[in-house]
Amino acid sequence: MPHEQQANVQQFLQRPSVHAHDAEPLEVHKLSVRFNGVTALEQISFTLPAGTSAAVIGPNGAGKTTLFKVIAGTLSPSSGAVKVYGEQPGGHVCIAHVPQRSRVDWDFPASVADVVMMGRVRKLGLFRWPTRADWNFVQAAMEQVDVDALAGRQIGELSGGQQQRVFLAQALAQEAELVLMDEPLTGLDLPSQESILAILKDLKLRGTPVMIATHDLNLAAEHFDRVLLLNRRLIANGPPQEALTPAKLMEGFGGHVQVLPGEQAALMVTDTCCDGEDDNA
Amino acid sequence: MPEFLSWFIEPFAYPFMLRALYAALIVGVATPVLGTYVVLRGMAFFGDALAHIILPGVVIAFLLGWPLVIGALVIGIAAALLIGAISRHTDIKEDAAIGVVFAGAFALGVALISTQRSYAVDLSHILFGDVLGVATSDLWMMAGIGFVVLVLIFAFYKEFLVLSFDPNLAATLRLPVSFLHNLLLVLLAAVIVLSIQAVGVALVLAMLVTPASTAYMLTRRLPTMMLFSAGIGVVSSALGLVFSFHWNIASGPAIVLVETVFFAIIFLLAPGRGLLARWRLAHARDAAS
Repeated sequence: MPHEQQANVQQFLQRPSVHAHDAEPLEVHKLSVRFNGVTALEQISFTLPAGTSAAVIGPNGAGKTTLFKVIAGTLSPSSGAVKVYGEQPGGHVCIAHVPQRSRVDWDFPASVADVVMMGRVRKLGLFRWPTRADWNFVQAAMEQVDVDALAGRQIGELSGGQQQRVFLAQALAQEAELVLMDEPLTGLDLPSQESILAILKDLKLRGTPVMIATHDLNLAAEHFDRVLLLNRRLIANGPPQEALTPAKLMEGFGGHVQVLPGEQAALMVTDTCCDGEDDNA
Repeated sequence: MPEFLSWFIEPFAYPFMLRALYAALIVGVATPVLGTYVVLRGMAFFGDALAHIILPGVVIAFLLGWPLVIGALVIGIAAALLIGAISRHTDIKEDAAIGVVFAGAFALGVALISTQRSYAVDLSHILFGDVLGVATSDLWMMAGIGFVVLVLIFAFYKEFLVLSFDPNLAATLRLPVSFLHNLLLVLLAAVIVLSIQAVGVALVLAMLVTPASTAYMLTRRLPTMMLFSAGIGVVSSALGLVFSFHWNIASGPAIVLVETVFFAIIFLLAPGRGLLARWRLAHARDAAS
């Protein structure tokens, strides 16, 4: 049975591990997760090369969040292995896992700059306070995603797109080398979606692989190099045009897909969104 | 000296009132500051339960002639860890596990007290506090505990901040989540022990959540929230003692009532978030539309 993995104190006192950059950023090998006998993920294998972006799509309960938790190293798998830059995720602090917006306590008494600085907490180490250099780092991260003008605002006062960008700034402040985002575009208006996609593209071009979970097939097809179609098993994995075939989609989404026959077969996925996916899904 | 000022100062001409003031001030700073985390992490029920669980520890220490603080700390920490273990290793939900341990331990405490002849008197001291009976030696111990608690809150500030905001982020950053969580529980047990002297088992919860909740309505930054929380705790403690002296009210409830009045005032009047401000905003919207 998997359990929430917790770093021990010993680990905390050591410096975070520095990884070999010739290794693949992400390698998942025959990964399975079971909760009390219920299979959440089964025999998932894939790799994510440097400088690629991937969208994980699948219906509610497909295991997207579980997959991200295992990759982030906050949940240990029942079997199989995850390697981030050649090592187990547990020792890394270079993985950013941006939660769904609905999971965040937006009333928490913290400013934008505070939340971005949280990304550096582990790097700072015990009993050390942020120095001017750390605040400069945070400032630069906020500028990159264009939230520096909001630095002093309480996080609940921002729009959805701004909130999402704050978490990207946190990932930058963390010096993340693998960015995982859960439903980052859900509920955002188009301009906000565009600006976040632009930031993700920028991250990717600088070599940081980006993985998002989404329900939006169009978005996955248009903006990501790879699509992983997940429904407990990995049904497809490849460039969008290969992964998103009618047959594969039927398999992934089951009854929620309707194929409308015609000259060019049209697809409709009627699976509804998003916030309901629970922890164990 | 103006008459109204002397009304406030007069009680503290008595040595026992001055000792009570020092004790109340120590409690008034340490407990509300830690209380900010209790409020932010939704641990109010846990805090209340821990206060009741500590009762048998206090009684056993009292019967054995040990410092009450020691017995309370030992039981408090053991219970905090036991609750964690019960909810982790069974299907029982955490609040039910807390309930079981809470009620059982409290019953044990009352049962132990009832075997003593001076049952009624001592029980009321433990339940509602006896800040007027604080001895100088107690004061030193309270000051020591309060100081250590504040130092630890300061030392682990950024780790506690991340843990309270998002436990998943804390885990992704490889912070020692369970160590930090247990440390927080130990600190909670420590401030409860402090507060039992001042306001008693039954009212500890007020020291933990009332000033912090009041501060929460006034600010959206954690350091400011801690500062306001401590400020409200200190002022309430001092005022409560003055009122209890002049009006002959039990001191613990007096302190808690002053805190509650502060909460009520801020709840009504807080800029932007108070009831009045919300009402005005709604009114302005109606008028505009």
